[in-house]
Amino acid sequence: MNGPLSLVTIVVALVLAAWFLLRSAMNRPPGRIELVASGVLGALVVVLCLVAVVGLFGDTRPQEIGTFAGYLVTAVAFMPTATVLARMEPTRWGNLILGVAALVMPVLVLRLQQIASVTGG
Amino acid sequence: MAEPRTRPRDAALNTGLGRVLLLVYGTFALSASARALVQITTHFGEAPLAYVLSALAGLVYIAATVGLAIGGRRGRAIALTSCSIELVGVLVVGTLTIIDAVDFPDATVWSHYGSGYGYVPLVLPFIGLWWLWRHKPVREG
Repeated sequence: MNGPLSLVTIVVALVLAAWFLLRSAMNRPPGRIELVASGVLGALVVVLCLVAVVGLFGDTRPQEIGTFAGYLVTAVAFMPTATVLARMEPTRWGNLILGVAALVMPVLVLRLQQIASVTGG
Repeated sequence: MAEPRTRPRDAALNTGLGRVLLLVYGTFALSASARALVQITTHFGEAPLAYVLSALAGLVYIAATVGLAIGGRRGRAIALTSCSIELVGVLVVGTLTIIDAVDFPDATVWSHYGSGYGYVPLVLPFIGLWWLWRHKPVREG
């Protein structure tokens, strides 16, 4: 698992989470900025997961490969799913949905790192 | 003579906050079920009690999500049952994992009161029950 890329993803996710939650508190619906931001985070996660998949073909691979794959799929799908749900909710709650998703992302990234570090296969 | 079917007033799908609640409940339903599935298909012999509990937790979260989403008399009944089981589950399993670590070597979503999930599993049933309480059907005179 790529350390710096994971760290960047987590930091971006937390910063965006703060923004989404702030906008939600201000009673604003998701606007263009929020949609672009969630797209950027989603793209970052996809890159991270692609790097992780490429890494699977290296020397060391995670022991729990099924769990790893599950978390990869979830991580990739989470932001886009939340974005679709948020777009259906043109109120402050839409931003809260994005905020919750952006808070979940660091957890998923950390779990991926955790699983990847237990190599043994 | 068919009436147009409308969603019950208290369906969580109806409101913004309800949808956020469903996102969180749905995430736990997915997470708990996936975890149980992996645990049971790969290591069942190691900790059968814990893994069966994982499967039960997954089912409970799925039921709670569906019940809260659809609302109405049936949805409320499903959600009330599920959230109550969820609450009892996280409290009982949480306590057991602290005093009897032998039977529960692997983490389940309710281990240590859900500490592995930021204690969200401890708070979530209260939020679900609060939602049900707030949308209690008003008894007409």
